[in-house]
Amino acid sequence: MPVSTTPRSFQEIILRLMTYWGAKGCAVLQPYDMEVGAGTFHPATTLRSLGNKPWAAAYVQPSRRPTDGRYGENPNRLQHYYQYQVLIKPSPPDLQDLYLGSLNAIGIDTSLHDIRFVEDDWESPTLGAWGLGWEVWCDGMEVSQFTYFQQVGGHDCKPVSGELTYGLERLAMYVLGIDHVMDMPFNDPDSPIPLKYGDIFRQTEEEYSRHNFDGATTEMLLRHFEDAEAECERLLAFDPEDPNSGKRIIMAHPAYDQCIKASHLFNLLDARGVISVTERQAYIGRVRALAKKCADAFVQTEAGASVGAAA
Amino acid sequence: MSDLLIELFSEEIPARMQAAARENLKKLVTDGLVEVGLTYESAGAFSTPRRLVLTVQGLTPESKPVREERKGPRTDAPQAALDGFLRSTGLTLEQLEKRADKKAEVFFAVIEKPGRKAAEIIAEVLERTIRTFPWPKSMRWGSGSLRWVRPLHSILCLLGDEGGAEVVPMSVDGIVAGNTTGGHRFMAPARFAVSSFDDYTAKLRRAFVMLDSAEREAHIWNDAQNQAFARGLELVPDAGLLTEVAGLVEWPVVLMGAIGAEFLHLPPEVLQTSMREHQKFFSVRNPKSGRIEGFVTVANRETADNGATILKGNLKVLSARLSDARFFWENDLRVAKAGMGDWAEGLKAVTFHNKLGSQADRIARIAALAREIAPLVGADPDQAERAAGLAKLDLRSAMVGEFPELQGTMGRYYALEAGEPEAIANAARDHYSPLGPSDAVPSEPVSVAVALADKIDTLTGFWAIDEKPTGSKDPFALRRAALGVIRLVLGNGVRVTLSSVARTGMNRCFVETGKIIAKSLESITIGEAADGAENGGNIAELLGPIREKVFRQNAAGIADEPPATLPKVADLLSFFHDRLKVFLRDQGIRHDVIDACLAMPGNDDLTLLVKRAEALQAFLGSDDGTNLLQGFKRANNILTQAEQKDGVEYSFGADPKFAETDEERALFAALDAGEAAIKPAMAQEDFAAAMAAMAKLRAPIDAFFTAVQINTENAIVRRNRLNLLHRIRALVAQVADFTKVEG
Repeated sequence: MPVSTTPRSFQEIILRLMTYWGAKGCAVLQPYDMEVGAGTFHPATTLRSLGNKPWAAAYVQPSRRPTDGRYGENPNRLQHYYQYQVLIKPSPPDLQDLYLGSLNAIGIDTSLHDIRFVEDDWESPTLGAWGLGWEVWCDGMEVSQFTYFQQVGGHDCKPVSGELTYGLERLAMYVLGIDHVMDMPFNDPDSPIPLKYGDIFRQTEEEYSRHNFDGATTEMLLRHFEDAEAECERLLAFDPEDPNSGKRIIMAHPAYDQCIKASHLFNLLDARGVISVTERQAYIGRVRALAKKCADAFVQTEAGASVGAAA
Repeated sequence: MSDLLIELFSEEIPARMQAAARENLKKLVTDGLVEVGLTYESAGAFSTPRRLVLTVQGLTPESKPVREERKGPRTDAPQAALDGFLRSTGLTLEQLEKRADKKAEVFFAVIEKPGRKAAEIIAEVLERTIRTFPWPKSMRWGSGSLRWVRPLHSILCLLGDEGGAEVVPMSVDGIVAGNTTGGHRFMAPARFAVSSFDDYTAKLRRAFVMLDSAEREAHIWNDAQNQAFARGLELVPDAGLLTEVAGLVEWPVVLMGAIGAEFLHLPPEVLQTSMREHQKFFSVRNPKSGRIEGFVTVANRETADNGATILKGNLKVLSARLSDARFFWENDLRVAKAGMGDWAEGLKAVTFHNKLGSQADRIARIAALAREIAPLVGADPDQAERAAGLAKLDLRSAMVGEFPELQGTMGRYYALEAGEPEAIANAARDHYSPLGPSDAVPSEPVSVAVALADKIDTLTGFWAIDEKPTGSKDPFALRRAALGVIRLVLGNGVRVTLSSVARTGMNRCFVETGKIIAKSLESITIGEAADGAENGGNIAELLGPIREKVFRQNAAGIADEPPATLPKVADLLSFFHDRLKVFLRDQGIRHDVIDACLAMPGNDDLTLLVKRAEALQAFLGSDDGTNLLQGFKRANNILTQAEQKDGVEYSFGADPKFAETDEERALFAALDAGEAAIKPAMAQEDFAAAMAAMAKLRAPIDAFFTAVQINTENAIVRRNRLNLLHRIRALVAQVADFTKVEG
């Protein structure tokens, strides 16, 4: 495989990943327009990993982890960051090689680096999902998560999806040789207006850190959590027959949006420090219950069905 | 004779699973082959991150034919019986033989099973092995249904001899066995064919794969040692890490680097733990200063720049990790230097167990108990109490939050920074010990007091709330805690009455549970009252007396002991005794000897108990001991029988004036002398002297039984002799319960 040149900016790395996975046949999607904790929450991964319809998608997903806010001071910790996500169903036999090809594409010369697949099983208690795989190490640094989904929303994955998650900032800092995320060139450093990551995100990190830890109104968050939970269940309780269109329409995606909302509200409440250790498990359980119900609904739809498979 | 080679080639197998997988592959395949009649000379299993390999040498080319005869029903038996026989043998009526058998004619089935080719058997056994392989966790992939630890890509299965080898025809879930494999993922990825195990290992080596994990381990260890030595440093041994690292690479390349000067002041345990846990680095020590100054990482490939890029990348990750560690250390030091008050405060909010209160509550109990235990172990009570109060504060430190395995180790550093004396700081480090059966037992008095108090509080606490271990379930490691107490007591010769320490400990735990119940009762009342005044009122009325009782109990504290305390203490003591039996059995002390000593008073003083048991075992090992035991048993049997028959207890009034023979008189004298010697010996707990005094009874007892008949016509003489036997029983019973001794 020809070794690519070293990229010069954060966005160039993203563009190369897009080009690479697009060329490998993935639908290059856009980020989901809601606040999520990780790229896995995008319905293109959670919901589309269910049922037996083939699927291949790649996208960037802005992700929020309110408790990770460090006011823009920590060199590698952010409350808002980007994940690059690839999901292919069924997982192709050469997925490891495809993945290694993507590292080459962003300028990691595998003949000079030490790439290792180190056991790391993935589990999402809020999504009722788990899989087996590895964290991929490059010279001792974790650059990606590689997972074969076994279960999502309580449903066995048949066929199995292969999921790749790249932590974009960390990976890019490594490739570009940057020590502090805020110093990383976002666009080409020779651009007429060169912008660094910090030019774009330092202020928002400060603002959101303050918001997440002190600003957000907890009573409102608690209320919205309850609302999202109730709305999710209400939407799923509708009769599938839609009187307006005369079609069978299960509102799996709108219901799942409410599940995503509940999950993010829980994360905010957690950052505000108002959830005790015992309550924590209960909240996670409530979000998981929603995720399972959404999965149950999605597999009843055309996109989520297991066509031709024995029940 | 043939040789078999199997390789199961997959995506990366977790390092921790490889050793068991090798053993399982070997066992499942060879057992399967032997089961159907093949034999072999030797077998060996190997693993790398991407392959599981088995070689079997000297395999018989086919199984032996088997001829089996089975007797069936009589020829005149009902049709149903005949049908059943045909079904079970798989034969037809024509194939059966009729033979005369005693009275009647009987059907016989002669079943001939021809020998089968090894290849056919191997194909079956290997498929079954793959489908039922006992991975700790397995998965599906793609559209298949096969489960393996990670996706299985190819199967190599070759059977051959000097003349050549052939692929064993078989397939599993669409993976067809062949004679090819792949080399190193990056250095030689092309697939190639092999013809034998030797050819396989040689070609793998050329393709940058070292098949044998033992060889990889040796290579890593030697190379790492040499590199360290060349710089005047030494490698810190870590067998577990070595095995793990050898399971992560096919072509180990050892690279050594130096830790940045800005991190060298961190405690060596912190450097070591951070490097091992996060990056699987070995630590390299400067033998002169004892400091950790370097690291060794093991890459999975050679590179054109001799690993320079790899080392640079690893160093960068290390700096980020150690920056975190330094950040934790510096923050922790600020709290430590201020006396660790923030942590003590923080532990009030950390639940230990919802029925036993917070970590702060627990620490207060341990401190009170440590103060009570201190005089028994020669520690200063003030110091023991203070040490117990500080020993667990590091649980709130950032460093222990990141590396839980550093609990105690950090506690010692922080206590020293807080200006505490060595004895108190050491107790923070040592009070968790002994953890395992081979872990060292603390010996400094303050550490011993805190270690005992910690474990006894745990045991009494979980006993108080009925969370005892059951069967294999022991989630709070209470067996380990009890064994820890035993080893602390015996290892330091501590004289402590366990039941009384457990009693105060148990009462303190009951006060805690009482507080928690009272609090929850209070919250129920308030909650219900808010719901509706009427219901709230009713419930408040109901709860009133219960609350009052709980509060009264709390106010009374230890003075007003809950009725459950004593039975629970007794139960806990018998738990200690069970653990002690297991422990002493491993030390070679007979179980009946332990039982004989457990039956004696003072059995909650484990040091005394063991001293007694050791002396008794030594005594029973001697001639005098065995014979005295026989004499005792004979006396005891005669006496017990007579007592049962007569319905009286012969326990008093043996008088030498009714003695008729010299042997009788000699026994009187010997018992007088024995009693005079044994009593003071027992008072001084000189069991050896007591046993020696008992040994002197052996000859007079033997002579007595030889010369004297107990059950004589003369009732007075008989009663006197029975009462004399009682003196033997009573005397021996002062030392141990000999009725429990076998033999």
